[in-house]
Amino acid sequence: MAAITSDLEVEVRRPRRSVVVGVLLVVWVAAYFVLRGIDTLVLGGQETTSLHRWLTEHRDDVGQGNAFFDAIRIVVDHFVVLLQNLISQPSFDRPVPVIGWLGVVAIAAYCAWAFGNWKVAVLTAAGLGFVGLQGLWQESMDTLALTVAAVLLSLLVAIPLGIWAGLSNRAFRVATLALDLMQTLPTFVYLAPLTLFFAIGPAAATIATLIYAAPPAVRLTAHAIRSVPPESVEAARSLGSTRGQTLLKVLLPMSRSTVVVGINQTIMAALSMVTVAALIDAPGLGQTVLKALQTLDVGVAFNAGLAIVVIAIVLDRVTTAAGDRPWRTASVRRKVLLGAGAVAVLVAVWFSRTYVWAAEFPSDVNVGSRIAVVASDVTAWVQDVFGGFTYGVRDAVTIGLLNPLEGLLTGSPWWLVSAVVVALAFLLGGWRGAVPAAVCLGLLVATGVWQDSMVTLASTLLATVVVVAVGLALGVWAGRNHRVDIWIRPVLDAGQTMPPFVYLVPFLALFGTSRFTAIAAAVVFAVPVTTKIVADGIKAVPVVTVEAANSVGSSTWQVISKVQLPVARRAITLAVNQGLIYVLSMVVCGGLVGAGALGYDVVAGFAQSELYGKGLAAGLAIVLLGVMLDRITQAAARRTQNFQGVQGRGDKR
Amino acid sequence: MKKLRYAGVLTAVALAVAGCGGEKVGSQPQPSAGKECGTFNLTVSPWVGYEANAAVVAYVATKDLGCKVVKKNLKEEIAWQGFATGEVDVNLENWGHEDLKKKYIETDKVAVEAGSTGVKGVIGWYVPPWMAAKYPDITDYKNLNKYAALFKTSESGGKGQLLDGDPSYVTNDEALVKNLALNYKVVQSGSETALIQAFRDAEKNKRPLLAYFYEPQWFFNEIKLVKVNLPAYKAGCDAVPAKIACDYPPYDLDKIVSKKFADSGSPAYDLVKNFQWTNEDQNAVARMIAVDKLTPDQAAEKWVKSNESKVNTWLGRS
Repeated sequence: MAAITSDLEVEVRRPRRSVVVGVLLVVWVAAYFVLRGIDTLVLGGQETTSLHRWLTEHRDDVGQGNAFFDAIRIVVDHFVVLLQNLISQPSFDRPVPVIGWLGVVAIAAYCAWAFGNWKVAVLTAAGLGFVGLQGLWQESMDTLALTVAAVLLSLLVAIPLGIWAGLSNRAFRVATLALDLMQTLPTFVYLAPLTLFFAIGPAAATIATLIYAAPPAVRLTAHAIRSVPPESVEAARSLGSTRGQTLLKVLLPMSRSTVVVGINQTIMAALSMVTVAALIDAPGLGQTVLKALQTLDVGVAFNAGLAIVVIAIVLDRVTTAAGDRPWRTASVRRKVLLGAGAVAVLVAVWFSRTYVWAAEFPSDVNVGSRIAVVASDVTAWVQDVFGGFTYGVRDAVTIGLLNPLEGLLTGSPWWLVSAVVVALAFLLGGWRGAVPAAVCLGLLVATGVWQDSMVTLASTLLATVVVVAVGLALGVWAGRNHRVDIWIRPVLDAGQTMPPFVYLVPFLALFGTSRFTAIAAAVVFAVPVTTKIVADGIKAVPVVTVEAANSVGSSTWQVISKVQLPVARRAITLAVNQGLIYVLSMVVCGGLVGAGALGYDVVAGFAQSELYGKGLAAGLAIVLLGVMLDRITQAAARRTQNFQGVQGRGDKR
Repeated sequence: MKKLRYAGVLTAVALAVAGCGGEKVGSQPQPSAGKECGTFNLTVSPWVGYEANAAVVAYVATKDLGCKVVKKNLKEEIAWQGFATGEVDVNLENWGHEDLKKKYIETDKVAVEAGSTGVKGVIGWYVPPWMAAKYPDITDYKNLNKYAALFKTSESGGKGQLLDGDPSYVTNDEALVKNLALNYKVVQSGSETALIQAFRDAEKNKRPLLAYFYEPQWFFNEIKLVKVNLPAYKAGCDAVPAKIACDYPPYDLDKIVSKKFADSGSPAYDLVKNFQWTNEDQNAVARMIAVDKLTPDQAAEKWVKSNESKVNTWLGRS
């Protein structure tokens, strides 16, 4: 009986909801024409509010010369310098690092083999050999040292936090908010203050990387712990296990593979910070990229970017293989082989300490310059062939979609926009959507950069829609077809870790300096993560379910739309959320290619001391936009989930 | 299978034996660092002109004075902070930044001025050469309104577009547009990269472009941009930011050093203080780095060899 009544409710309510949304939008547009230009809270490029000036004045207040920060700095500095001495920088009165290239390749391949399998060991050796051939051995090792340090420190903090957030609901809620902040607050906002706390040097760069890279590990660890079936925990408890035993023997082993995915994402995030950290003198490949871009040398920048991508792919595949490897004691045969391998590694390390050829990567074969030339030629060719056409696309999209949307958001009074957004959030997600939306909008007004926030919001919405559409299409394709998946993965990894600075130059050539260029760059950066999550979700749909649908004669389209997508709903929600966060984290890069608004405010705050406060406020506004959109989509997803659940029950009857 | 294993072992042994040839680490003599000069930290700001300054000073300091120079790649703002925390000793090309001078030199007393670099900085509005050739009168600001329609883009909202660049530089453009009653909108490109790419594209595809730019800049070696004449600068005409209606002042690019370094009595300080050259000198070295792709050290060596008299005056060996 309950099922029937709720069914009726749904049938009556659903059309009404879409009609209400439609009416609301029409009313908004009508009101816009009447109220256009009133209370739009405009703030010119060099203008600031009293809040901004206050923030500027108090920038240096936190912790300068503080013993606590000094202690952290010294420990982190020493750790990074130790790693650099080991593999990249001349050290201990020798003209070469402690371990030369041969030793590094041998150790890395051996570890890949011991923890993963021989395939990733070959990949590791080939990948490291390749960056050496690119003529970037030392830079790559500097980057590797910094990344390893940042990732290890991240995990040291993130895994315990993740476990805590996995076990306690309250910790989980607080953590989610903090993680949103860490992932969407633009690095530029805290880069300059960080150099004040931790001085210019490896420590500041490592900690900037850590702030951005730790959240995925916390999130996925918490998620993994929470997904362990309660039956397993109860079984362990009933057998008399203590809390500690349950954690070590049940929860952690059962969530290992998801935790590894988190570590993976942390590594990727750390590598994507390489170029930004180079702005505060972090050594390594980021420097090469920035130096090349000063003279707009796309080829050289691409070569260095490619090395970052190769390192990322190697680290990703090795950790994935390590995560997939079943835990068991090694056989005698394997033990012997491992021992023999260890001896070979020691020989290689000895060589690399003794002979110049094994210590410094030979420079006679250099594919790097050739890669650079080819990359430049390809870029020039693309620009020549597509140049005219792309300007047309840009103008069409800008005039047809972006300008009207932006006009509506920036031209309406702030209270009208807020009222409409809160009403929409309520309609789509109920109180869970409306309350956070109202709070975020109120704070947005308080930041003093309302107008710029609305410009950024318009671009963000457009970019996110494109990202979700492309990510869904690619993700479903890759999730259903293993071969596509294998081919598409390296491309996605490249999109995620290739420094945006590298592809911004060709994009600028194709689309000029405009908001459209920024949207295009954000799409390139955000599509990979969306695609990956959707593909994993589709793959996780039980084979039996799909086969059952096939056997009753469903068409491919029906299988996708009626079975795979609904079952993978949770993954898709997560994909939309991460797509959105990635788009927002590119807002600052957008500011570098003509998107203006919040991105430009942040960059200007980093560059000019008197605008620091405004930059910080703009950074916070980006966070607020992120939190608001995230909470609305989450609440809406929860609602539709409930509706579909009810409908599904109705269908069966 | 067994054969394969033997083959593997044999290859390993053969490789090991073969590897024993070759030069040993540490058999080359190591350059000894001079003692009396010591080490100083040199910030390197992110543009090629600066890198030219840094390359030549670092080369002379290392070769002639036996100093150890630690170059740090930093944005300007962070380099100024470095004077306070002791991680930066020398800035070799400072563009104005009166607010920072006030804070770090006058208030905090952690930095001191070390005189002009001899390089003159120019800021202004530029058009690509093809436009100056086709519309000769465009270089007078009074005619800009006549051409406003040419400069319309998807970003400029129906007006002409005036493209601004890297936010590190001072700009009065919004006030200028307003006070000169120009039918233009200032669009922020956000970076020097975007600006240079825009000029390249404008010259190549004959697209109209009016943008904020500056000299000296290595890009002038590639395309000779043409400056638009705004009402001439007179001392004091830029006193009230909102009322500015005149061109940018000429900048005397200068050097800043940390107080600690200035008081250290190091010969490197005298070198930095005496270092002075011209726009042409800087462009020559910048060109070698940006266009000929020499490393900064090679470029510096080449320039120093053909300009020994200048270097000698810096070193006080006249």
